[in-house]
Amino acid sequence: MRVVIAEDAVLLREGLAGLLERFGHTVAAAVGDAPALVEAVTEHRPHAVVTDVRMPPGYSDEGLRAALELRARHPELAVLVLSQYVEQTYAAELLESGGGAGVGYLLKDRIGDVREFVDALGRVAAGGTVVDPEVVRQLLSRRRDPLARLTPRELEVLGLIAEGRANASIARHLHVTEAAVAKHIANIFAKLDLPPASDGHRRVLAVLAYLRS
Amino acid sequence: MIDRTALEALTRRPLPFLGSSWPWRGAAYLAAGAVPGVAAGLVVAAAASGALLGPALAVVAGLAALALSIVVIAPFERLRLRLVDPVPVPGAPHRRGREAGLVIMTLLALWWIDLVMLAFTIGGPVVLALSPVLQEELTPLAGALAVVAGLLLLPVAAYTITAWAGARGAMVRAILAPAGSELEEVLRSRARLVDAFELERRRIERDLHDGAQQRLVSLSMALGMAGLDLPAGSEPARLVALAHDEAKRALAELRELIRGVHSQVLTDRGLAAAVHDVAGRSPVPVDVRVDLPGRLPAPVEVTAYYVVTEALTNLAKHGGATRATVTGLVERGTLVVEVCDDGTGGADPARGTGLTGLADRLAVVEGRLSLSSPPGGPTRLRAEIPC
Repeated sequence: MRVVIAEDAVLLREGLAGLLERFGHTVAAAVGDAPALVEAVTEHRPHAVVTDVRMPPGYSDEGLRAALELRARHPELAVLVLSQYVEQTYAAELLESGGGAGVGYLLKDRIGDVREFVDALGRVAAGGTVVDPEVVRQLLSRRRDPLARLTPRELEVLGLIAEGRANASIARHLHVTEAAVAKHIANIFAKLDLPPASDGHRRVLAVLAYLRS
Repeated sequence: MIDRTALEALTRRPLPFLGSSWPWRGAAYLAAGAVPGVAAGLVVAAAASGALLGPALAVVAGLAALALSIVVIAPFERLRLRLVDPVPVPGAPHRRGREAGLVIMTLLALWWIDLVMLAFTIGGPVVLALSPVLQEELTPLAGALAVVAGLLLLPVAAYTITAWAGARGAMVRAILAPAGSELEEVLRSRARLVDAFELERRRIERDLHDGAQQRLVSLSMALGMAGLDLPAGSEPARLVALAHDEAKRALAELRELIRGVHSQVLTDRGLAAAVHDVAGRSPVPVDVRVDLPGRLPAPVEVTAYYVVTEALTNLAKHGGATRATVTGLVERGTLVVEVCDDGTGGADPARGTGLTGLADRLAVVEGRLSLSSPPGGPTRLRAEIPC
């Protein structure tokens, strides 16, 4: 997979490039600000973009804005946004772009879990949705009343669905079988009156939409 | 304790007061009344000499002398004031009328009242104490009594002089700088201070973001990569995993710290987005209904944001609330922010510094804070900020 990286801290930018290359991806360009990111995408037409939110020249949310602009211009481009903080506002803006397919929003901390990070990038590139567990935790804490009907295990599964994980990944995470996960998911969707969705990405969006409403 | 004015010095215990410079400064202040006295004499003299040549000239000469006195005496009165009240009076070019009024009052009456006060309070005891010398026909006993009485009256004179000089000083200050003007200056300087703090917080946040945070992320990534190359279950793998966990924990703690210092989303996306985010992090479910016509001035946004974060922190800490609502809207040029919860109430501004600190912050932007929290609840915190 061809990737363009945008990150203003040199150390981190080089580290990210090394990490992705180690897992067999091609880093077409690694740039340090938002205008350069837009330019690099136009030039290299990568499969995916990994970008920091806060970059020069204004050090506010240039990276996110550039990502949204790129999504509008190239709807097939997968975008993984990294942020030092999770802000629901940013997550919401990303999820709204192109129906939430092929976008991800993760805390920078997650880069450290290299395998999971590269997995997440893969899922985003495949058209999936990845939302940081921290955002999901905040969303879950907000909708307390209807969620009270869920068992603790079902809550855990709901959180993992919202993060954009497939059944197999959830099963691995919880050390249970995929069939058990499927049963939990069916229960959750029934209890929350969500339309059943087989497509993984649609399922994530349904859960996120529910949590954010 | 340091006395700022002669009047404050009066409240001290007698010995420290009498030993201080304040009675002397008071006496010097009153004695300086001779200068406007001379000016008054010159005005009269000018008018009189003008009168020799004709009544019209008397008026002209008198007014000219008066105008000259105003120009000279006004700065002199400011200078003189520092003897009894060293706090600087804010300069005010647009208050020429007040200065002129003060000078005319001084020329007409105050200067001689000052001198008469000084003469009576000091002259009386001094004459009494010197009476054996001045009045040779006095019996030794009466003379001795007069000396004692004179000496006893001197400390009393010190109080009288300081009190009168202090009161005169307060009067001059009130005329030159009406109460409102000084309050305004205090408010402005406080606003500047708050702005400076806010700028400093942003700088700290920026430094931490560009420095420590990036390094910790890089460290965490390097440890994650190192872990890949180590055989699973080996001792080095265990140690690297341990170090990795510590790095991740440090990152999480640093992030919380930075969030408390400065909210980036507030700067980028405004109050509504920032309130949504802070509400999302609250352990108590919060309904947010913030409807604003766009971005508000930065000090208003920052203040309102602090009100909301402080209120949500408080209700999470105590109050047993299970639900809270935050509303925000602009009504007739005033931002009204309300935080309500269904907790047990009984919040008391007198306890704890949180609410007092909020009220202070609101005062800087000329806002108001009101709290209703009867025992048993509900609690409603309302902040109004002109914008």
